[in-house]
Amino acid sequence: MMRRFETKFGSLDHYEKGAVEVIDDDPKHYTFSNVFEVASRSRPYEKVAVGQNRQYVLEAVRAEGTSGWRTASHDEFALVMDGEVEVRLRQLGEGQRAPAEVEGSIAVEGEPEGAPMGRVRAGRGHMTLLPAGAAYQFHADRPSVILMQTIGGRDTVYKWADIIQTS
Amino acid sequence: MATTETESSVQTTDERNPEGYLGFRLGEFEFGRDDYFVYINWPTGRHVMSADTFLKALQRDVAWEFFYGIVNFDGVIGTVNHYGDVDLFAGRYNDGWRKAELDHLENLPTARIKATFGPKNGSNKAAITRHRVTAQRMVGVPGDEGLRSDDTGHPVNRHFHDVPQDEPEIHAEPGFEGDVAAFNLFAYLSRSDVTWNPSVVAACKDSLACPTTEEYILPIIHGNDRVEWFVQLSDKIIWDVEDRDTGTVRATVVMKAGDVCAMPADIRHQGYSPKRSMLLVWENADAELPELISSGKLPTYPVDL
Repeated sequence: MMRRFETKFGSLDHYEKGAVEVIDDDPKHYTFSNVFEVASRSRPYEKVAVGQNRQYVLEAVRAEGTSGWRTASHDEFALVMDGEVEVRLRQLGEGQRAPAEVEGSIAVEGEPEGAPMGRVRAGRGHMTLLPAGAAYQFHADRPSVILMQTIGGRDTVYKWADIIQTS
Repeated sequence: MATTETESSVQTTDERNPEGYLGFRLGEFEFGRDDYFVYINWPTGRHVMSADTFLKALQRDVAWEFFYGIVNFDGVIGTVNHYGDVDLFAGRYNDGWRKAELDHLENLPTARIKATFGPKNGSNKAAITRHRVTAQRMVGVPGDEGLRSDDTGHPVNRHFHDVPQDEPEIHAEPGFEGDVAAFNLFAYLSRSDVTWNPSVVAACKDSLACPTTEEYILPIIHGNDRVEWFVQLSDKIIWDVEDRDTGTVRATVVMKAGDVCAMPADIRHQGYSPKRSMLLVWENADAELPELISSGKLPTYPVDL
């Protein structure tokens, strides 16, 4: 009989956290956290950095209800780690776009003035392109978790001391 | 040993040994083998490895184009990638060999070491010519890397039969089909035909999402030349972490689904995955990083609290 394997994913409701078991090192250098734990303690759509490599970041985002519209001058990517998220895409009007020299996403003032581009309903494990120059908005009927691949911006929240293993 | 220069600067012994194997020379390194072991000699020392371990590491090193940073075959032998040329070393990143001053290093053009270490007379063409995924924007975007399916020769791995294969609902307005894009990354990974082999699925400038599936043991000990990040997407991996330069043990990292961990730029690590698991390796491909870190202009860890 073929053995059945069980794949373990995490969720807001159930996750097990590993650890850095230090032998001769500073645990802070590993910046160890868990995206579900971070999202469980976040406000809706708070963009909390869980990974940083110079200007680049990975953000854990708690998706709950409807987000504001955002845009960036570069591609970003949203990976749903738990739940289901609708991603809405629109074009922007003149003067609403993120300046090319600004990295990271910015909030769009008011409603996007351009044409609707489409929408994506993304479940766990689904990765969505947030194309450069477009406006995007998230909606989740129940609390969900997104891992964002982007560049640190003015709304990225850095609170390492609160989220990582320090001892 | 008497050697002959053949095409691509590969130097071999003139004759095969009684077990039927040629010997190879790279600079002052000599490589020979018998049925079970590989014997590596250099002017100040020698080393023996299981042929199985050596060949798995060698194959991985060549297939990765010598990867980021250091590929340690074991605690003594390995390579350092300088992205155009490669150091082949013995004992350079081992405290005992270094203190005894018996370590050795040869800097070689990548093409030369690749010719010596690369394909010979084997017949597993599918493995050595496997397409390495490098998305320009994201897998699934029209014109970019495609999805995996049974039809592309990527059946769901037996460890991932319970991973949902649904694709996201995509509703693109006319004219925006190229920009409204999404795919099921977990299903994509469940169909990976290799392990410990990161491939680029999404790129934000130099920020590369390089997920991979992992099972059993990383066949080399990877030494970093920059900070590297891991996000455990499913299941569990245990990492042994040592000092990159001396081999001294520093930590064990246990990662479970949802865990995020930076691997500092001055460590080396080897992973163990009891069940096939999904790992997001997140890299910064900025070519200036190794120099900035080795010169001390950047720290070896990612964040100052």
